[in-house]
Amino acid sequence: MSEEMVIETQELTKVYGQQVAVNHLNLIIQEGEIFGFLGPNGAGKTTTLLMLLGLSEPTSGKARVGGFDPTREPLKVKRVVGYLPENVGFYDDLNAAQNLKYVARLNGIPDEQSAAKIDELLRQVELQAETRKKVGDFSRGMRQRLGIAEVLIKDPRVVFLDEPTLGLDPDGASQMLELIQSLSRDKKITVFFSSHLLDQVQKISHRVGIMIKGQMVAAGRIQDLAKEKLGVGKEQYTLEEIYMKYFKEGRA
Amino acid sequence: MKGILTVCRKELADHFSSTRFILLFTLILMVSLVIAFIVGSTLQEELKNEAKPTFVFLMLFTSSGKLFSLVQFISIFGPLIGIVLGFDSISRERSARTLSKLLSQPIYRDAVINGKFLAGFVTIGIMLMAIVLLISGLGLRLIGVVPGPDEIWRLALYLVISIFYISFWLGISILFSVVFRSMATSALAAIAFWIFFSFFVSLGANLAADALYPVDQTVAASNPELLVQREQTRKILSLFSPMTLYSEATTTILNPLMKTTQPLILMGPMERLSISRFQNPLPLFESVYIVLPLIISLIAITSICFALSYIFFMRQEIRST
Repeated sequence: MSEEMVIETQELTKVYGQQVAVNHLNLIIQEGEIFGFLGPNGAGKTTTLLMLLGLSEPTSGKARVGGFDPTREPLKVKRVVGYLPENVGFYDDLNAAQNLKYVARLNGIPDEQSAAKIDELLRQVELQAETRKKVGDFSRGMRQRLGIAEVLIKDPRVVFLDEPTLGLDPDGASQMLELIQSLSRDKKITVFFSSHLLDQVQKISHRVGIMIKGQMVAAGRIQDLAKEKLGVGKEQYTLEEIYMKYFKEGRA
Repeated sequence: MKGILTVCRKELADHFSSTRFILLFTLILMVSLVIAFIVGSTLQEELKNEAKPTFVFLMLFTSSGKLFSLVQFISIFGPLIGIVLGFDSISRERSARTLSKLLSQPIYRDAVINGKFLAGFVTIGIMLMAIVLLISGLGLRLIGVVPGPDEIWRLALYLVISIFYISFWLGISILFSVVFRSMATSALAAIAFWIFFSFFVSLGANLAADALYPVDQTVAASNPELLVQREQTRKILSLFSPMTLYSEATTTILNPLMKTTQPLILMGPMERLSISRFQNPLPLFESVYIVLPLIISLIAITSICFALSYIFFMRQEIRST
């Protein structure tokens, strides 16, 4: 793993009206890392992702993604970052290949080049048999996999995945996790993903961050967090125990 | 620029393949053809009484035959085309959850809304052009009169004004689709707006003018100034309706014998003279000159409307939900 920082935030803050969605967030993510982003609903995870993408403007603080400031140079950030929103939507009257082609065009990839790439990506996410099927008829798992293909079409350096395994069956979820791992392993893509399924996060993340009420209460390798929260010598820790401990403290 | 074209291209493909577009287009085409057919077949009867008919070809569009003329039809129902093309442009992306994905691609945010507007504009252009050409063709067959260059220019100008008029309604419906989250609300708001500004404004203008300057027989005789004031108020208020702007502009453009848009009571001495003494048609340039303020207002409200939706869209927060 190279030591270059891909994502860095300094005192990043977002306030919606009276409510502080993200509170002075400091975060560093290295190249090629899989970072699991945990926290209860409404903790500010998606808001953080939107700010890092330049889709939402921070109230204060700074961020750098892939060497660019998302507020000042959103286009450069969007060129290197792939974003899979929670419950991603597609143009339901178009088929899988047409959806991908539109995203490829938006990324300025000419049609001659994108055709081969679309074929390859659809094979990678095992949708090659459904290329001509309308996305409106896709199952949840297929949509999620198509979403991954769509993220990868721009050859990103970083991918943001918001709840990529939400609503998938166990088989689909484990396929998805393998796919995410292969991104980091084979393509050196930095993966920044949020999830509620702690055992899955534990399985694939290099580091995790726990966000509660807009504040990052812990960030680091899982074994380090375990040492800190549960005490030394406890070999059989699970991420769930750690998380619940932080969660109860955060609520109190 | 590339982003705009990509979005525009996709939206165009969507428009042309969508069922509602095909339905609407068929409907309008059918009505137009029926009107043209009726007008074409009654025109011969009407022209028998005229000693020297002029601009017969344009009458195909302006003569009301037994029902109403094509120009009236477009001025009343044209807005629906614009509304149907635009009411869900942004709200559908939002409800299908494609908006945040679209905006996370490396294109400027305004490319989305510009591309959508452009696609609607092009669609409207193609649609109107098709209708006008078809009716011209039908007219050629039915009445056998070949249009002169002046008539063709007038028709082209009519087309441009109509495209802007319908684009105004496209702009309104895109604005509502940005402001309202639900597609149904934005469609209803656009239709309410259409009904208000097309029908109620002219009605309201009459009422307001009557209320401000109550005129009865006795007052009218002693104080004719009041009549003029009432008429002026009515006229100014009714120009708030885009439909009035449009129909006054287009009837003047399409009818070279029309020398002013003012009602008789508001005419100046020269206008009265020209109407009573000279029966010659106006040259195209003069016709345009008369309605230039109307045309410019029409283009201005279209631009304002688009600018508003642009601003709202650019300032809107992208929230997680």
